[in-house]
Formats: sequence, C-alpha cells, structure tokens
Amino acid sequence: MTAIRDFLRTFLLWELLLGLKLTGRNLFRRKVTIQYPEEKAPQSPRFRGLHALRRYPNGEERCIACKLCEAVCPALAITIESEEREDGQRRTTRYDIDLFKCIYCGFCEESCPVDSIVETRIHEYHMENRGENIMTKDRLLAVGDQYEKQLAADRAADARYR
Amino acid sequence: MITQAIFYFFAVVLIFAATMVITARNPVHAAMYLVLAFFNSAALWIMAGAEFLGIVLVLVYVGAVMVLFLFVVMMLDINLEKLREGFIRHLYIGVPIAAVMVVQMLLVVGSGIMDPATLPSGDLPIPEDAANTALLGSVLYTVYVYPFELAAVILLVAIIAAIMLTLRRREGTKHQDPGRQVKVRKEDRVRTVDLPRNQQSGSR
Amino acid sequence: MAELIELVWILTKIGVILGPLILSVAYLTYAERKIIGWIQNRNGPNRVGPLGLLQPFADVFKLMFKEVVLPANANRFLFLIAPLLSLMPALAAWAVIPFGAGLVLTDINAGLLYVLAMTSLGVYGVILAGWAANSKYSMLGAMRSAAQIVSYEIAMGFALVGVLMAAGTMNMSGIVQSQAGPIWNWFWLPLLPLFVVYWISGVAETNRAPFDVAEGESEIVAGFHVEYSGVAFAVFFLAEYANMILISGLAVILFMGGWYSPFHGLPVLGPVFDLVPGLVWFVIKVAGFLYLYLWFRATFPRYRYDQIMRLGWKVLIPVTVVWLVVLALMILAGFGPWFD
Repeated sequence: MTAIRDFLRTFLLWELLLGLKLTGRNLFRRKVTIQYPEEKAPQSPRFRGLHALRRYPNGEERCIACKLCEAVCPALAITIESEEREDGQRRTTRYDIDLFKCIYCGFCEESCPVDSIVETRIHEYHMENRGENIMTKDRLLAVGDQYEKQLAADRAADARYR
Repeated sequence: MITQAIFYFFAVVLIFAATMVITARNPVHAAMYLVLAFFNSAALWIMAGAEFLGIVLVLVYVGAVMVLFLFVVMMLDINLEKLREGFIRHLYIGVPIAAVMVVQMLLVVGSGIMDPATLPSGDLPIPEDAANTALLGSVLYTVYVYPFELAAVILLVAIIAAIMLTLRRREGTKHQDPGRQVKVRKEDRVRTVDLPRNQQSGSR
Repeated sequence: MAELIELVWILTKIGVILGPLILSVAYLTYAERKIIGWIQNRNGPNRVGPLGLLQPFADVFKLMFKEVVLPANANRFLFLIAPLLSLMPALAAWAVIPFGAGLVLTDINAGLLYVLAMTSLGVYGVILAGWAANSKYSMLGAMRSAAQIVSYEIAMGFALVGVLMAAGTMNMSGIVQSQAGPIWNWFWLPLLPLFVVYWISGVAETNRAPFDVAEGESEIVAGFHVEYSGVAFAVFFLAEYANMILISGLAVILFMGGWYSPFHGLPVLGPVFDLVPGLVWFVIKVAGFLYLYLWFRATFPRYRYDQIMRLGWKVLIPVTVVWLVVLALMILAGFGPWFD
C-alpha cells in the first residue's frame, strides 16, 4: 500500500508541487528589503563604530594616559605616548588607533576609567590614501567634539546596565 | 544565378572541410571540420530537395554522433607524432587499398544499380504535393520494411553487446541509490525523545 | 533583380524576428532577477531607471566595455568561436516558429525535425568552450553538459514523436492548426505525460536550474564559461536565454495550442477572445512558460549528476515509450475530441 502511495507521489511530482506552492506564496509576501542609503536599520546605543576621544564639559580632555586601553587591546591597535604637562598633569602626546588592526571589540571603552575613549555610531567611513587608517589624537578628539551630544546621550541611556 | 552561386559555395566549403579532416594536426580541429563537412553536405541535400535527409544528417550525425566523437577525442590525449610515425612505411599498403576502394565505388555507382529508375519503389502513386518525409516513410515501411527492421535489430544487438561488454559489478564499491534515497521518510530516521523537564538543569 | 529584392525582404523579416527576440532576452534577465527577488522576499534591481527598468542595458554596457581575457594556452580560434556556436542554433531555430496564423519566416514541412536538429547543435558551443579554455573546471562543465544534453535529447525527441503522431504532420503551423479549439482541445491533455517529460527535458537541455550542473557555481565555479568575460560571456548569456524562450515557444506550439485563445471555437466567448490577435496569445503563453523557468530556479536545489542521469534514462524515457503506445491505441480508437 505504501509502495503504491510512494509510486503515485513520485510520478505526480507531489513534493515538487509542495515546494512550488511554498515559493509561490512567498512571491506575494511583503518584501523585507531595507533600501539602504534612504532607509536604515535601527541602531543600538551600544553600537561600536568609529572611535572618538571625549572631553569634559569644561573643555579639558578626559584621557589621563593610564594606558589601560593599550594594554587590553587584543589587536594591539592602540599606541600611546605620554609626558607631564606644564601644570604637572600626565597627558598623552600621542594617541593612535590603527583602524586596519582594530576589531571593534569595545574593550578599550570598557577599560577606560574616565570614559574617554569611546566608540561612536559612525560606520560609513572610508579612506582614500595610505596613512588615513591611523586615527591620530587630533582626529579622535575632533570626532568626539562633533558627536559629543549623541555620545553623552548614548552613555546615559546605557548607564543603568553598567 | 544566386542558387548556383550558393551551390558552388557549399560545394567548395565541403571539399575544403573534407580535406582538412584528414590533414588537420589537431584531432579536435579535425572533428570540427568533419562537422562543417556534414553541414555543407546537408545544405547540398536540402538544395537538391531532400530536406528530410538533410535535416536528419544534421540531427543524427552532427547533433549526436559527432558530440560523442568530440567527447572521446577531448578525453584522450592523442600523441600526434606517434600517429604519424608509420605514414611513409605503410604507404605501399595504403595506396593499393585506397585504389581498390575507389574502383569498387566507381563500379557500384556506375553499374546502374543506384539508378533511381531501376530501384523498387513499389506501386505507390506519388502525389504532386506530397512531403518528402511522408513519402520516405511510406516506402520505408512497405517496400523496405524487412531491411529496415533488420537494421534496427542489428543496432539493438550492438547496443546490448556493448553494454554487456562494459558492464561489470564490482564488489565493495560505495555508491548511492537515488531510488532508495527518495523513498526515505522522516519517520524512518528521526526519533523524538521526550525529556523530563527537571533534568535539563545543567545550564543554570 | 527580383531575387535581390526577395533576399532583402527575407533579411528584413529576420531582423523583425531577431530584434524583439534580443530585447526580450534583455528583459528576461530583468524579470528573472525581479521574480527571484520577490520569491526571496527581496525587491530585485530597482536602482537603474524607474523600477530598475534600465538595468538590462546597464548590464549590457558593462559587459561590452570589459576586456575579453584570453587564457594562457587556450585554443584561440575555438575559444572565440564557441560563444557564436552556441548562439547561432539558438537563433536559427526561430526560422520555423509560427507566431500567429501565417506569421512565420519559412513554413517548411519538416519544421519539427529542423527545430530538434537546431536545439541539438547548441551543445557544441558548450563543449568547445570547455575544451578550448584549457581549464579543469570548464572541461568538467563541458563534459557534464555534453552527457546531459545528449541524454535528455532522447527523451525530448520521444516526447516530440508523440506530438508528431497526434498532429500527423511535422509542419509547425500544421501542428498548431490540428489543435484548433478551446483549451481542452490542445495536445497538453491527451499527451500530459509527454508534455511533462518535454518540459523537464527542455529545462535540462537549456542547462537551467535544477539541471544546471554544467555551470554548478558551487562546485565547478561556473563550468564551461569560467574563463569567459566581457562580450564573449554576454554572447553565452544571450544564447542561454534565447534557448529558454525557444523551448517555451515550442512548448506553446506543440502542446498549448500556439496562437489560439483558450476559448477558441466556443459559442459566445470564442469570438470575443478571438478579437485579441493570435500573436498576443502566443506571447502570453510563452511568458507563462518563462515564468515557470524562473519559478523552478527559485524553488528547486540542483540535482546531483547521477540523479540527473537516472531521471533521464530510467524514468523519462520509459515514461515516453509507454505513453507512445497508449497514444497509438488512443489514435486507433479515435479517442475523445482530439483523434476523432
């Protein structure tokens, strides 16, 4: 009996028709495509994109050159040099992040005791020349200055889970 | 005028291709020239009014036989130098054989056996507008039915012989049987096990 | 002089057939990407022009401006002539296709045989491309494709023999005329198994999914056309899609009543639907079959090579042989509205 049923199923292409039915139904489903440059997928406040160095509201840079981020970085992407400033505070003279080495794990942000190095939501960036992959201290601070409002808001939104 | 020009075009290409079949160094090129030769002779036949034969020549020889030829020629790595080694040495046998074959062909063609007037075509009346194919079929299945069936049986014997010669069943080979694979149902292979709820505590 | 004028007239007719054909190939690629996109819950191309309608032209121009790379140690002549060899038969077969009553380039008596001969030639382009490129992958693709096409040609030929018996003629217009009548008068109903076999082997003959082992991008990269780029690749593409349209057109002519409307010959509906020209019905039916091609590609996974051979030799050919006997009995008995 099952032999006859199997025979009929095979010759009537039953399974193939089931497959066609499934794809045929999907033809009329709502499309899920996000039209990227015009539409964008929602981002989490924890999004880890391009790096930035933040400042205190009074304009003083937060980084105290503790080099915890340099130590924790698994890809060895961060290079820091520091010396004493005229007022006796320890500050960085060089803070480089190699974007080609960085794996965007966010450990630098986690390790920072003063919330200085952060990762922004920027993910659409590119380089046109050799050497632009190195984010220098100036460029990092510039990014931080430009997006400070959003960075502060994102940190505030995430604060209760930390 | 144009018809004649087309005829001579096909004829010249046919002779050129036929010459190239036996002189081309590369076996794949030779096979392709043979295809070209078949094409041109098919075109000539169609111009002579034998459209069925012309198309069947293309269908059978070009579409099937030569494809398998090419298949074999491409798979074999034929060493041409070796093939050409004995050309001069065997020439004194080859030339007489070729001459005998030419004489035989001339005798058969010239003797009048192939003359359409003497061939048995049955007592079939030939209507003016009849299609080539239908006429050929009616002759093939009435006057020449025994030779036709005989040829079919000989071909069948050849197929069976070829399969018997090459078919061998080796022990211990691992191969899949799609028929059995298709028949497998989920119930044959998948067993659902009901795990008691409190036993999956390892994760917490 | 009169001959010359006739020659020019014939060339004009060829142009009138080929122009729309190549345009429909372009838009078939667009339809393929759109429909498969929709089936996969995507949108498909929609950037070039309104709704992406200019996408085919963007593709064509891209391919035209790319370099044709000649692989090292390739057989130059055969490598370059192979795409043309696959395109030529795909276009030549259109000479005998009737698009409507009397709308045909050459109305030869052995039309069906001619089409079969032309479709069997397409394999040369594939084999030569695979061999001439001097690449392992293309050689494997060519071998697969040659074996597959030769095998499925037999099943297809048998299916066409069924049509031949039912229609009693090999003239394409004659085959359509012997199906004159409403939809149940067409040959797909009495020849249903042969129709299915024809369609399956037609999909296999054109190397389309699920029988696309000759390309097999996940196993042998792209099979016989791995080494091709630019215009040469575009010609292969053109040949493949022209063949798809040809096989669909043949399916319409042989089994689906060609240019007749589905209500032809009925009391009230017949004359109303006959107001639509036959060419339109033909195109609609061909579009339906082309949609099937795309639907299959979006649905079925690729067959394994041994499964393809099993299906062709052990399933399709026996089915056709059995149904040819049944068909002969039906014709002898003067069965139904078809053979009385």
